Amino acid sequence: MSKSDKLTEIRAIIVRHKRWDLMFMAVGMFALMIAVLTFTVLFAQMIIDGMPRLSWDFFTSFPSRRPGSAGILSAWVGTSLVMLVTIAAAVPTGIGAGVYLEEYAPKNLVTEIIEVNVTNLAGVPSIIYGLLALGLFVYQLGFGQSILSAGLALALLILPVVIVTTREAIRAIPVAIREGSYALGATKWQTVSDHLIPYAAAGILTGIIIGLARAIGETAPIITIGAMTFIAFLPPSLVQTEFPFLSFEWLTSPFTVMPIQMFNWVSRPEEAFQLNAAAAGLVLVVMTLAMNGLAIYLRYHMRKKIKW
Amino acid sequence: MQESIDLQDTLNPYKSEVRDLSFYYGDFNALKDINMVLHEKKVTALIGPSGCGKSTFLRCFNRMHDLYPGNRYVGDIILHPDNVNILASDVDPIEVRMRISMVFQKPNPFPKSIYENVAYGLRVRGVRQRAVLDEKVEEALRDAALWDEVKDRLNQLAFNLSGGQQQRLCIARALATDPEILLFDEPTSALDPIATASIEELITDLKDKVTILIVTHNMQQAARVSDFTAYMYLGELIEFGVTDTIFIKPKNKQTEDYITGRFG
Repeated sequence: MSKSDKLTEIRAIIVRHKRWDLMFMAVGMFALMIAVLTFTVLFAQMIIDGMPRLSWDFFTSFPSRRPGSAGILSAWVGTSLVMLVTIAAAVPTGIGAGVYLEEYAPKNLVTEIIEVNVTNLAGVPSIIYGLLALGLFVYQLGFGQSILSAGLALALLILPVVIVTTREAIRAIPVAIREGSYALGATKWQTVSDHLIPYAAAGILTGIIIGLARAIGETAPIITIGAMTFIAFLPPSLVQTEFPFLSFEWLTSPFTVMPIQMFNWVSRPEEAFQLNAAAAGLVLVVMTLAMNGLAIYLRYHMRKKIKW
Repeated sequence: MQESIDLQDTLNPYKSEVRDLSFYYGDFNALKDINMVLHEKKVTALIGPSGCGKSTFLRCFNRMHDLYPGNRYVGDIILHPDNVNILASDVDPIEVRMRISMVFQKPNPFPKSIYENVAYGLRVRGVRQRAVLDEKVEEALRDAALWDEVKDRLNQLAFNLSGGQQQRLCIARALATDPEILLFDEPTSALDPIATASIEELITDLKDKVTILIVTHNMQQAARVSDFTAYMYLGELIEFGVTDTIFIKPKNKQTEDYITGRFG
């Protein structure tokens, strides 16, 4: 075999191999397009259907039998209040559990089993949390089919996310920082509260927001505990004129949330209600995207500010 | 008898005495029967090849090993003048760390302001009055030869300082609490030659105030900054003495081989 023959052969092999490169690129791009295009089309359809319905009135009106005057007032107020309860419950417990597991828990089998389970809890179907909340909060503890029960159910749902991100954010802090603190005579709690939690704050916050973005769209657990689908009144106000100025009556109030309002409208036969559903869906998607955007911004900002 | 000991102490005051110290990482015996002393307000250097246990030994002095499970001390490190064994299980490691400060291999400032970095040790001790903090922070920064460079930007993030400045900040942080002993764990290994020179100069200046124990992988550095030198090998203390003697006329063949660069 002459030298030039060998070269021709090598070139043929390269061409053949590069064909596979091209092939995979095409398949990969197609797969990506399925995901991106489907979402884009769905989202565009929702914008086309829902956009005309979006107006100030849509946000300030209660649901109604007449689709033209129906709005999402009770739904977005309900969603906001439920989220408030979720934050109040999930943030301290999630951070507490995450810090404990990372800094305080002895490294033994029991801790390891708990760690594995916490991670797995994130994959439990949300309706299971709904059932748990129905049994525990609604009946056992007597909170009823209320904002409190719903908020706590969603808090349970996002707790694993908060715990896992808290742990990851704390683990990202170099050992040298911890040792620097201990070497100055700090106790474990001083190290945790003066250093670890503040430095991990942006990461923890990101986790909380991602958790909330998931919780805000959850329907199954809320239906399970029995949120109403048609609510034409608002829960009692959070503030009052007399001392102590804060009222907690709203916690036990019946409520509805955005996804349930949507579900209600979608299940109506009239075309006009479908448009309302699209508009509500648009609001929900924008809320979720905005939260995710905030999370991405915070993560980016944190990376820029603290470089280990 | 009592008198003669007292007399000896005044002639040759020890800040600390290490007696039959062994240390274990789990089953691994990292330090073997070490006996030596730290002379008050002198610089003692620990030298030896990588893995000889010099950093492990240093970290016994502030009970850093207590942070991790499975570590075990055998023997005593006596701290004078109160004659307390800082390795005793009934002595709180936090108390030890409040008396003995440490500067690490790589500068490890907290992501806080320059001021808060230096003030942190005081805050841990419950100091709240702004005037006291201000005074102590300035004094520590002056002692660490950093005051003039940072006095106009105390509220800036410490990360904005250069590597050498960060290490001097860490020294100021360690000094702010008036430690009895200052531990240095290869403090210049992450720094350039100019920053290294300024840290070495600083160490020489600081021995008027505090007893210093320094781990270094750099023999010239040990020769330049220390009054006493200990040569360690495989967890054992091979030779300990006045730095000049160790470097010019070591008694031990192994020490001589290391110092003359025949291995290490």
